[in-house]
Amino acid sequence: MSAVAIADDPQRLAAHHGGNGPAPKRIVVGYGFWVFLLSDFIMFSGFFAAYAALKNATAGGLGARELFDLGNVAVETVCLLLSSFTCGMAALAVSVRNRIWTQFWLLATGLLGLAFFALEVREFHELIEAGNGPQRSAFLSAFFTLVGCHGAHIVAGGLWLGTMMAQFWFKGFNEMLIRRFMCFSLFWHALDIVWVAIFTIVYLMGVAG
Amino acid sequence: MLGKLTWAAIPTDEPIALITVLVVLLGIGAVLAWITVKGHWTYLWKEWITSVDHKRVGVMYFLLGLVMLLRGFADAIMMRTHQALAVGGADAGYLAPDHFNQIFSAHGTIMIFFTAMPFMVGLMNYVVPLQIGARDVAYPTLNSVSFWITAAGMALINISLGVGVYSRAGWLAYPPLSELQFSPDVGVDYHLWALQISGVGTLMSGINLVATIFKMRAPGMTLTRMPIFCWTALASNLLIVAAFPILTATFAMLLLDRYLGFHFFTNDAGGNAMMYVNLIWAWGHPEVYILILPAFGVFSEVISTFSGKPLFGYRSMIAATMVICVLSFMVWLHHFFTMGGGADVNAFFGIMTMIISVPTGVKVFNWMFTMYGGRVRFTAPVLWTIGFMITFVIGGMTGVMLAIPPNDFLLHNSLFLIAHFHNVVIGGVVFGALAGYMYWFPKAFGFRLHEGWGKASFWFWCIGFYIAFMPLYGLGLMGMTRRMQHYDNPAWQPWLVVAMFGTVLIFFGIVCLVIQLAVSIRRREALADTTGDPWDGRSLEWITTSPPPSFNFSVLPDVRGEEAYWGIKQAALRARRLADKPVYEPIHLPHNSPTGFFTAFFAVVLGFAMIWHIWWLAILGLVGAFAGFVVFAWRDEDEYEVPAAEVAAYDEQRRAIRQSLVDTEARA
Repeated sequence: MSAVAIADDPQRLAAHHGGNGPAPKRIVVGYGFWVFLLSDFIMFSGFFAAYAALKNATAGGLGARELFDLGNVAVETVCLLLSSFTCGMAALAVSVRNRIWTQFWLLATGLLGLAFFALEVREFHELIEAGNGPQRSAFLSAFFTLVGCHGAHIVAGGLWLGTMMAQFWFKGFNEMLIRRFMCFSLFWHALDIVWVAIFTIVYLMGVAG
Repeated sequence: MLGKLTWAAIPTDEPIALITVLVVLLGIGAVLAWITVKGHWTYLWKEWITSVDHKRVGVMYFLLGLVMLLRGFADAIMMRTHQALAVGGADAGYLAPDHFNQIFSAHGTIMIFFTAMPFMVGLMNYVVPLQIGARDVAYPTLNSVSFWITAAGMALINISLGVGVYSRAGWLAYPPLSELQFSPDVGVDYHLWALQISGVGTLMSGINLVATIFKMRAPGMTLTRMPIFCWTALASNLLIVAAFPILTATFAMLLLDRYLGFHFFTNDAGGNAMMYVNLIWAWGHPEVYILILPAFGVFSEVISTFSGKPLFGYRSMIAATMVICVLSFMVWLHHFFTMGGGADVNAFFGIMTMIISVPTGVKVFNWMFTMYGGRVRFTAPVLWTIGFMITFVIGGMTGVMLAIPPNDFLLHNSLFLIAHFHNVVIGGVVFGALAGYMYWFPKAFGFRLHEGWGKASFWFWCIGFYIAFMPLYGLGLMGMTRRMQHYDNPAWQPWLVVAMFGTVLIFFGIVCLVIQLAVSIRRREALADTTGDPWDGRSLEWITTSPPPSFNFSVLPDVRGEEAYWGIKQAALRARRLADKPVYEPIHLPHNSPTGFFTAFFAVVLGFAMIWHIWWLAILGLVGAFAGFVVFAWRDEDEYEVPAAEVAAYDEQRRAIRQSLVDTEARA
């Protein structure tokens, strides 16, 4: 197929913006996934906007300053940032096609993600137990939705991660799986970026007042 | 066990709904029986349902739009006939208030999400890969999934006709009316889940087409050599990627309010209903440009082809398209000047809105200058285009009137507004979709549509539109607000009767479309397009056969300038022979996949279960969807090979036809 022939020809590939034919599959997949991530960021920005608009709508209940525990959030942040590091290590293991290390680093990534999620669930549980659930005020609705949406992404990422581990284990490294792993690592790092924004806007700025 | 679902959900007390449901069920049953008797199931499954070919997917999108146009129009004709009669009390007319409210909500939702969107997404899906010289979209399987998810949303909205009720809260479901407190039944839930699900499909198809346009173009097809339809498709899909996530987030918040007692938009506990209105229009205004921009692209292609000239001001057309793309995100507040944002805010958004008419004006002048000095062939697509140019300018001017905040305070929520947006949506989007349908139909099916019936349809639509909606401008100025189930001002009635007759004319226009299709299929031999280039076209879709092979092009075209195909064609005519025979190579194509169909199945199950609070079924739907994901992820082989010999044999035939065309031209 001439498309593939052109796509695999490095000289033509060098400037695919200039109209040198279709890009290779890896580029096409990675590019589309980036576009998806951008759309995901926009969805988050909708929740951020709602949170910003409703931040003071506490309906006589407690606000950010009284409710948030930065200690818990710090541990969560460390877990998530470390999991990005281990995900990067997994990418290195994949690039040298090392099965055992790939599994190890992916497992570490998954466990750190799980730890993050468990801490988040505990935080939510404590808030709800104390009568500060999402039904209490518009502010808490927006808080639970924004942070919970990020948590839901972590869970989805975890399911994806498990599927990828199984596939790497049973099928080894093929082109399709490696492309998918590239998308997964983009996704996982993107969740970190969202978390940095949540950490700053919701927790730090919330506690600062 | 079945949540809120009981036998009472079947509308046995509403004869209109019940009879409609029975007729629709009988119709579906008859079609299924016909398919079974004729033994077409294997063909349907292999060639259409599981097809990941962008051309098949595009055709299915368009067909979905046509079917839903009928449903949306049935709602329209009920509203117009009802309002023509409804002078007096609540029992005037023939529709109960409750039913009338469902009808206008369903009409708007269906026409925007399940008619206009599938029309435009279908055209873009079909045409864009052909015009940029690609073999398919960037992600063919995802494309099929997008279509089927859209179909799942459509299924849910139609199920509401027979099981339960539909929303009474208008097509945008403003809270607090759409909150549980004021809309406790399943109507709003049907609305939200149907749109939430189909919105995911739209978003994925937007990502797909953006990646296709940026990463799949043929050699030499730089961005500024793309046909203008591809540019408008690019702008439209960028807007989809940027706007639909906002819709998803907004609906998610309203769903949380309704299902889990959150307080985003409620009246109590700090909720803010105006935040919903802001968010929904931050999606909703770009949405109208998502619909109109591809229509602008269609008109550009049509007018250039049938004037026999390159498009006037190609670069300025690109600039105008992209300026509209950006500005569309800066005007949302003009939908609610009456919110009380203050004079500064309203002035800003009023001015931004007026500025949008500048690039649009550039476009109109470009189309006119394209026709100027050309030898215009007045085919059906050209009639739609000229009808559009006149109608849309009127609609645009009333839009500028509405953009002036003090005017808007008076016209807000009136029939003037209704007339304005039907003016631009029918005159722009619908005319554009039908122009594109008649222009590209021969490419898709290998025969042209009957011209006479197409022109008849145009005249009924165009005149019908003016008679149906010009009175509404007047009624708006007379103070009639939108969505009135009844009214007590007898002076309004004559105008509403006139509007009703206009709707009847539009009905004849739709009948003409159906007849045109039937007549054209019957006379397909006489209308056949054997050349692949029935209109003397200028862009790459006309270089291949009609219909194109699954791989679109035997070798990827080598693009040397704007109007890629026109250049190749003129070179061949000058040399009196085609370019040298290329070297054929085997082509890799993606396998068919039932993933889209199964995803849609689980999406319907999930949506239905959520609507009726059948939690176990919802969990089952989710688990099923995840299982489907794993099965799909586990596949190894996702492409098959078309051998070079087969490609060569196909191209031999195509070249023979082309050579004979060149010979004929040379003799003449």
